[in-house]
Amino acid sequence: MAYKLNVNGKVLEADVDPDTPLLWALRDTLGILGPKFGCGVAQCGACTVHIDGKATRSCVYPVSAVGDKQVATIEAMEHHPIGKKVQAAWMDLDVAQCGYCQPGQIMAATALLAKTPKPTDADIDSAMTNICRCATYTRIRAAIKQASGQKVTA
Amino acid sequence: MTLELPIVERNGGASRRDLLKASVIGGGLVLSFSIAPKAGAAGAGAQALNAYVRVAPDGIVTIMGKNPEIGQGIKTSLPMIIAEEMDVAWENVRIEQADCDPKLYGSQFAGGSLATPMNWDDLRKVGAVARAMLVSAAATAWNCPSGECKTDAGHVIHVATGRKAAYGALAGQCAGVAAPDPKTIPLKNAKDYKIVGKAKPQYDTKKIVTGQPLFGIDVRVPGMLYATYEKAPVFGAKVASANLDAARGVKGVKKVFVVDGTTNLSGLLPGVAVVADSWWAARKARNQLNTQWADHPTSKQSSAGFNARAAELAASPPQMNLRKDGDVDAALKGAARTVEAAYSYPFLAHTPLEPQNTTAHFKDGKLEIWAPTQNPQPGRQLVAATLGIKVDDITVHMTRCGGGFGRRLSNDYMVEAAWIAREAGVPVKLLWTREDDMRHDYYRPAGYHYFKGGVDDKGNIVAWQDHFVTFGEGEKLASSAGMGGTEFPSRFVPNCKIDQSIIPLSVPTGPLRAPGSNALAFVNQSFIDELAIAAKADPLAFRMKLLGDAPLVGAGPSAYNAGRMKGVLAAVEKMSGWAGRSKLPKGTGMGVAFHYSHAGYFAEVVQATVTPATGAIKVDKVWIAADVGRQIVNPAGALNQVQGAALEGLSHALYQKITIEGGAAKQSNFGDYPLLRMAAAPPVEVKFVITDYPPTGLGEPALPPVIPALTNAIFAATGKRIRDLPIDTKQLKA
Repeated sequence: MAYKLNVNGKVLEADVDPDTPLLWALRDTLGILGPKFGCGVAQCGACTVHIDGKATRSCVYPVSAVGDKQVATIEAMEHHPIGKKVQAAWMDLDVAQCGYCQPGQIMAATALLAKTPKPTDADIDSAMTNICRCATYTRIRAAIKQASGQKVTA
Repeated sequence: MTLELPIVERNGGASRRDLLKASVIGGGLVLSFSIAPKAGAAGAGAQALNAYVRVAPDGIVTIMGKNPEIGQGIKTSLPMIIAEEMDVAWENVRIEQADCDPKLYGSQFAGGSLATPMNWDDLRKVGAVARAMLVSAAATAWNCPSGECKTDAGHVIHVATGRKAAYGALAGQCAGVAAPDPKTIPLKNAKDYKIVGKAKPQYDTKKIVTGQPLFGIDVRVPGMLYATYEKAPVFGAKVASANLDAARGVKGVKKVFVVDGTTNLSGLLPGVAVVADSWWAARKARNQLNTQWADHPTSKQSSAGFNARAAELAASPPQMNLRKDGDVDAALKGAARTVEAAYSYPFLAHTPLEPQNTTAHFKDGKLEIWAPTQNPQPGRQLVAATLGIKVDDITVHMTRCGGGFGRRLSNDYMVEAAWIAREAGVPVKLLWTREDDMRHDYYRPAGYHYFKGGVDDKGNIVAWQDHFVTFGEGEKLASSAGMGGTEFPSRFVPNCKIDQSIIPLSVPTGPLRAPGSNALAFVNQSFIDELAIAAKADPLAFRMKLLGDAPLVGAGPSAYNAGRMKGVLAAVEKMSGWAGRSKLPKGTGMGVAFHYSHAGYFAEVVQATVTPATGAIKVDKVWIAADVGRQIVNPAGALNQVQGAALEGLSHALYQKITIEGGAAKQSNFGDYPLLRMAAAPPVEVKFVITDYPPTGLGEPALPPVIPALTNAIFAATGKRIRDLPIDTKQLKA
């Protein structure tokens, strides 16, 4: 079935089954490769995208449920007022090790800062539930603080 | 089933040090100075000075990253070494990932924290020789001796006249010029370093944060189809039946077939392949297979059975002795106090976050492979042997790996993709599910240690006995299941006996980050702590005393530099405020541990708080003092590696366990095999203690000590000794 998806400000068409997770429509059908597959069960968050601005695990979000909602992926964050600050902090602090989870981490962090511009450590703990297998959590926390204009202690 | 891998193996197989020696002495330096620039390579008109370096007319220097990048930062740090000796400005350096090409690059693998020690000397020479060629070209043009020239940031300068020529302008004159003998070329003095020792962000950091395709999973080849591959939960069981037609009926499915496979648990195992026009279609079709598996002799294996067998072996005479010094029995009898304790740790999975995958294209008898692998050369050989084609007909492109941790030293997924692609006749991307990954790993082997120890009334360990129960076949140990006779604290205790017994195992095992050490540090540093408590001593001072007064204990590959260990132990004592720990609130404690592995000396302190009502553990902070020699190549990456390794160790201690039931792994995803997340991640403070030894690697050695440092902290907080991993918080309830 052909779905018209509003992704990163463009309307793109994906001819896929209704139960296809948004992740696979993005990756295999539309060639948008920033969102990653890590677990397939919404545990790890590597697939995180924004749906109407909310951080969402696309590996369990059926394409049929997207409707006319706005989907944004890591590829659009360079043009997102908060996303670009988050990316800049990530680069400045050299957060990544393998880097595989970082698109999802940046999407989660951007959604957090959109709602909570100056997050506390507790805010970060509760919003940042994505897995980093390399465990770069120290720098992820520091980069969120830096992107939000707070003092970085790590 | 033991994997032949270029990593640490303690019993049997070459030691890490042997491999290191062989590589460096036995022609590790591969300088092919006459190669032409690669066709289609970036920077048209660039001149290759050797296999690693091309210089373009505009001064852009392209340096090849020879080893697989798995998140250890090696794609950045090895080219830093070349760029330093070449004397180019780092902003003018571009890095390209090399393909698997042992003729040009020698050993290419990510394992054993070996890349820095194996390449430090060679790659400095690569850079220095390239620089010498450019200097020689300038000197020829200026008709002066090379010795009158210096270099700076990509330029050759004639000191007396101030004449200056850019590398980009000189490189063309190096075409066809023979390289000088590396032995005749001096290397820089470390005090003159401008790149090495300076924090450099990973070369690919911008691509990572903008989500650009870098990883194996992101490879797309024209005409490519997608595959999933179903294997038996019982390792190696054959397909008895599968409803192939039902899978073929799913929309988008192109091909469904049974693969007979081999009996090699590190190779192509039997299974059913589904190839479709999208991965999701293949995945859905797989659900229709209803595959039934043939009976397999190992389907009765279980963790419960292993535990019972270990207890039986512990009560029996050991099967073999690994070390015997003095008279342990007499020393135990004469000790002021003795302690007896049984320890265990479970199988662990690696779970790199990017699931296993490979893209393969078989055409006209030749195979092209794009794979996230830590170990491309054996992968290519495995594919060649399994498919019956020549190694030289296989090209392996190394993609960035979404984590490695030792899992991708095995190339089972690579050979599966190659086989499926040949059957399919089109390019195929094979992608595993997370469940495939967790249930078809080469697990960190479980193990059991039955200790007896004794201390005298002066706070010395006088007796140490360990009956190690591990896994293997007959006398041959499973991969990463061994322990050497020189494991600390042997050689530091006068009466020491280490015995070993082996349980038969048909579960695939392999190296996990700091193999061997990630388990042995836990048991040994915990039991040392028990003896310190028995001696009523400060656990840190007790360890300092145990390390003794001799700076170096043993010789050759198994030498242990007690002086360096005492250095990091003293450093971590100071950093952590160890002396003030008695002022910590009730329920909070500090623990210390140290471990030597991968040529690195690490001492770590953990502070943890246990909630009495629930037994819940909060790790408050970790302090790490590290000695990896005189030079940290990239401080930015080094700190990240150490912090990440310590936090990974906390995952092992707090959460992780693979249980074998019915011959298969029970756990299947992050729901039942948790990883540390942000809310549980403590700050990790790191200090590098600089000593005058050659620089060594950092991927692994920070991990092992954090586990016993945590369990020792829990003892300090609660008086309860953790002897089995992962930690059971129920035991910590007041």
